[in-house]
Order: sequence, then C-alpha cells, then structure tokens
Amino acid sequence: MGLPISHLLLVTGLVLMLIGMWGVLVHRNILRIIIGFSLFGTGTHIVIVATGYVTGGTAPIIDAALPAGAAGARAVDPIPSALVVTAIVIGFSVTAVMLSYAIRLYAARKTLSIDAFTEQKW
Amino acid sequence: MKRIRAAIVVLLFGAAFAGLAVGYSERTVPSALAMRYLQEVPAELGAANVVTGILITYRGFDTLGEVAVLFMVAASVGMLLSAGAGRRAVPAGASAPPARPPSELVVNGAEVVLPVAFLFGAYVIVNGHLSAGGGFQGGAVVASGVVLLVLARPSVALHHGFLSVTESLAGVFYVALGILGLIFAGGFLDSHILPRGEFGAFISAGAIPLISALLGIKVAAELSVIIDRFRS
Repeated sequence: MGLPISHLLLVTGLVLMLIGMWGVLVHRNILRIIIGFSLFGTGTHIVIVATGYVTGGTAPIIDAALPAGAAGARAVDPIPSALVVTAIVIGFSVTAVMLSYAIRLYAARKTLSIDAFTEQKW
Repeated sequence: MKRIRAAIVVLLFGAAFAGLAVGYSERTVPSALAMRYLQEVPAELGAANVVTGILITYRGFDTLGEVAVLFMVAASVGMLLSAGAGRRAVPAGASAPPARPPSELVVNGAEVVLPVAFLFGAYVIVNGHLSAGGGFQGGAVVASGVVLLVLARPSVALHHGFLSVTESLAGVFYVALGILGLIFAGGFLDSHILPRGEFGAFISAGAIPLISALLGIKVAAELSVIIDRFRS
C-alpha cells in the first residue's frame, strides 16, 4: 500500500486552499476572487473530512454490511461529516451574498475589476 | 510586485500546511465522542445513519440556526438584488444582444431528467435516517432540479408567494416539533416524541424522518428563492 487515503485527501484539500488563497490575492476580477474563496472553502471541507477518517473505516450507516456491534471498530468518525454539512451550507450562503454584492458593484461602476473601487482603500 | 508579495504569503502558508500534512497520522480508532455517537444513535434514536442522527437530534438546535442563516441569506439577496440600482441596471442592459434560447440538449434533457431529479430529491430527503442523505442533501438535489428548469425554460416564473408560505410553514412546524420535544420528551428537538419503531424500517427513529422532511422542504424552497433572485 502506498500513501494512506486520508493523507492523500488532506494534501488535496490543503493544495486547494492554497490555490484559492492565490486566486483571492492575485486576481483583480471580483468573480475570480469569489471563485478563489469557494476553492478555499472547499479545500477546508476536504481537510475536515480527511481528519475524520479511521483506518479501514466505512460510512457510519448501520445496515447489513455494518452491524451495530462492529460500528465502533469499522466506521469512520461521524462528527467531521456532520460538521461539514453545516459548513457547506454556510459556504453556499456566503457565496450567494458575495455574488449579489458583485452584481450590485457591477451595476454601480459597470466593471468587475476591484481596482475601480477605491473608496475603502487605505 | 503584488504578485511577488502574494507568492510569499502563499508560500508561507504552504510551508505551514506542509508541516500539518507531514505531522498528521491517520487515526486507527475513533475518538471517545465518536464511539459514543456510533453506539447511541442506533441504540437510543433508532436511526441507521449516524450522521443524520447527530445533525437532527444532538445538534438539532444548530441545524435550526443554520436554516435560519439560509432564510436570512434569501432575504438579504432579495434585498440586494431587487432594490434601487439593481432595477435601474435592467434598462441599461437592454441594449445588449437578446439572450440565446436554451439549446436543444438542455430543453430535451430537462424533460427527461426533471421528474427523476425531483423524485430522487424526495427519496433522499425521506430516507435520511436509513441511508446516506437527509434534509439538506435532498433539498439541494431538488434545488438543482429547479436550476435545470430555469435554464431550460427561461420564461417560467416561480411563484414566490407559494415558496415563501411553504418555507415559513415548514419552519413553524419544525419549531413546533422542537417545542413538543420540550414538553413530551427530554428537550428541545428531542426525537423521542414519536415511538422508535423497528430499526431499519421506513417509519422508525421517532421524529427524525418528520424533521428531515420539514428540513428538506424548507431548504429546497429557500435555495429555489435564492436561485430565482439571481435570474431577475
């Protein structure tokens, strides 16, 4: 066996976070900045799910394949999964609000470049 | 210059993350809290899906707050996009070329996929206590069906009044179930107000399927409203 699966997931999530951070810092187009934020959030979700993995574990759903007695030994940690459901919904909400602000800013200046908005610059 | 500074910041974060990734070692046993959940959700709540049990009962208040966040986002997106400048921008955009009609593929695909998508969404919502899924996931599936509908038929008008009444009623019933739990069982949103039933049956796990269905209706209606706001 090569790399453990949770390590692979963890590295993928962390790299996605870095890509998102780069997008937020470098791009001047507001839509691209929003995409950067979304990538950052998605990377965070993947990292949280990866930390819940237990070696050899399966989904924490009790059925014929995973009897209740074996749940403690063979299931992954359900708490990160439950937290990430929350986080995904909040991420969706934040993206929706950012996009509607982008529409309003475009209506005000007819451009999506962040360089056109200098009032809050110091 | 700016790119160099950004590159330095990203590299520093990358170094910190690399330290995390190298130092992380996969767990071989679940934490004590996870063990407790894994044993108590099937035994006490009668729900086969442990994640749904945690979301809807143990963290039920948190889930209620989350739905409230979605509601506030729907309201604020509506406020941002419908007031003032948003309306005035429409005549300015009228000089742009008219929107292309949806492609053959989207229109015909929607006819085939839409009923299946809505049915699958309903299935995911009501089976949250038995298999992977639940209110949020199923609501998102239904809302993605609404996106397809809006793409395939740009002229279709979603009935906002109906959607907000549905959503408010689902919210009221959700809170009412929570208060019933306060009166008849251990606390707010306790699912023991209904009999636990047979483990693994469709009608089982106390009030969890009911709360899950209300959650799914509420989430689907809220997401549809948010999506529709962006269209106008």
